Amino acid sequence: MLLQGPNGAGKTTLLRLCAGLVRPESGQAQVLGHDLSVDGRAVRRQVAMLGHATGLYEDLSVAENVSFWAQAAGLDKSLAAQRATGALARMGLDERLLSLPVSRLSAGQRRRASLAALAVRRPQLWLLDEPHAGLDQTGRNVVDELISDAVAAGATVLVASHELDRVRSLNPRVVTVAGGLVVKDTGGPK
Amino acid sequence: MKSLLSEAWLVASKDLRIEARSRVLTNQVAPFAVLVLVLFGFALDADQRTLRMFAPGLFWVAVLLCLLLAVQRSSAVESADDAATGLRMAGLAPAAVFLGKSAAILVQLLVLELLLTAGIIVFYGSSVKNLFLWLIAGLVTALAVAATGTLYGALASGLGVRETLLPILLLPVLAPVLIGATRAYDDALGAAAVDGWAWTGLLAMFAVVASTLGALAYGALVED
Amino acid sequence: MTNPTSSVATTGSPGSRALGLATLLGLVGLLVLAFVLTEPDVRIHPSTGQEIGQFDAVRLLYLHVPMAVITYVAYSLAAFASAGYLIKRTPWWDVTAHAAAEVGTVFCFLVLVTGSIWGRPVWNTWWEWGDVRLMTTLILFLMFVGYLALRRTAADPRVQARRAAVVALVAIVDLPLVNRSVEWWENRTLHQKSTLGELKIEDLTLFTLMIGFLVFLMVFAWLLLHRFRVGWLTLAAGEHQVAAAIKERRAEADGSEVASAVGETS
Repeated sequence: MLLQGPNGAGKTTLLRLCAGLVRPESGQAQVLGHDLSVDGRAVRRQVAMLGHATGLYEDLSVAENVSFWAQAAGLDKSLAAQRATGALARMGLDERLLSLPVSRLSAGQRRRASLAALAVRRPQLWLLDEPHAGLDQTGRNVVDELISDAVAAGATVLVASHELDRVRSLNPRVVTVAGGLVVKDTGGPK
Repeated sequence: MKSLLSEAWLVASKDLRIEARSRVLTNQVAPFAVLVLVLFGFALDADQRTLRMFAPGLFWVAVLLCLLLAVQRSSAVESADDAATGLRMAGLAPAAVFLGKSAAILVQLLVLELLLTAGIIVFYGSSVKNLFLWLIAGLVTALAVAATGTLYGALASGLGVRETLLPILLLPVLAPVLIGATRAYDDALGAAAVDGWAWTGLLAMFAVVASTLGALAYGALVED
Repeated sequence: MTNPTSSVATTGSPGSRALGLATLLGLVGLLVLAFVLTEPDVRIHPSTGQEIGQFDAVRLLYLHVPMAVITYVAYSLAAFASAGYLIKRTPWWDVTAHAAAEVGTVFCFLVLVTGSIWGRPVWNTWWEWGDVRLMTTLILFLMFVGYLALRRTAADPRVQARRAAVVALVAIVDLPLVNRSVEWWENRTLHQKSTLGELKIEDLTLFTLMIGFLVFLMVFAWLLLHRFRVGWLTLAAGEHQVAAAIKERRAEADGSEVASAVGETS
């Protein structure tokens, strides 16, 4: 699902709402069967959100970050380690980078490391806030692959983006947001 | 309960690993601790006999100042790349995050207390008369201030004024701890005739209340 | 949110003006009683026959003690309202807590100052470390100064309200300590025990003290009322701003700006 709209339209807020990070002030909202005004927290473990910040610990290495975040999400150590190798490889991160502290990586590499950390959790819902921003061509391709893989695996992916042509080529449902309201929706399940 | 403790352990070991990598404690806070003792020495310009009398109080003031740095650092680590949101998204129990972060600060404080004890022995001519009391009172006080510090660190975070707001929020609350710990160390270091164990008991109560309250309130504080 | 007062340029109202007037009169009356009509504390020493006592310093009794009681009232109200906010989550509780805490801090400061001025001639010191009541009161004051500092940060009102409530509830634990300190730590304070309970205060002194309680209660009520209204109006103003901003945003929802952002040709 592509979320498009001018800056300040409320795309990020909508994503944060779906992540259960922000409580709805009025009205109803349900994500993955959970009512957000009652229990936002229950949603979060099944959702992976990538915002503008990387959410990584700069002083730790990529591998340590991925391991920590996987365990934090409830995976046990060995399972986390197993999945981590695969996820990092799919994100195209060279093995030599894995033991470097995150502070030494470029912005693009950090973004990919974040995505790998999220991918390990195998979430049912992906919320991506401008995932292509600041990435080079390789990086953008990797993101596209991630989105397709996730969809193929049965997850829902919400992408807020200005890279309209790129995302549209993936044949999404398109939701246009402006002024804090949804103004257009090409339709699909609620 | 088991998962609460294991989650807390995860967070604590993460914080300590970050400290091991970045060495903020060893490179910045520890020298600062020694510097505080030195500054007191300059300011008071007293003979060792007088300094020995004041050593317990000066020791704990130095610990409190280091606590401010440790709490700031603990909080900064989470806000740097918005890892704090990640912690919320990962579904960790807020009480576990609180306990984990407090534990990490506790460990760092214990290291600093060790260093500062060496400092007052060298600079002020103090000596540890009651090793057991020194150990227990030091442990209990560190626990009390680590828990309170973590709670108030959360209270002061995310507002852009954390550095200046934290001291005025945290230190008045810890004033009683300062008094109690100084009395306990008066006894342990033989600086005055007081019942250090009674004070240690009070400090232990403070520590328990602070940890419980912190664990309960932390969740509500980090939510939007 | 409705405006509780009739005029927007002021937080005054007929009721508050009447209260204000009565308070002023009461204050004048109290000052006359305290500084003119009552006697200074002069006693004859049993053995030496000299004149001893607090002399005119005792007049601060009529200010210091009532203000201390009002400090208890104000801070207790702040804590109660903070708890109320955490339970009910409506802004009324929050604004009340904030107003009570702020007015209470003013009174607490005055208590410390009048206490210090009174203590100088009577105890020969401006301040006494190791006096439990002084220390616990000072800590209480500092904790609420921190509360007020937190209140002035630019944060989402709901976030700020919640955090401030926690700070207030922790701070209030000190209050019973302040009050009971003269009982529980008898030997560690220069303060006398309960002014009303143990001392024999007679006639005009007692009467003036009672007037003092009443007048300062009125001062507190008047200040609280106005501070509450200021807080309420500030909140309402903030909400107006937010509503206007939302309206502006909504207006963006139509038109060519959206179309160009999504790359459609109109």
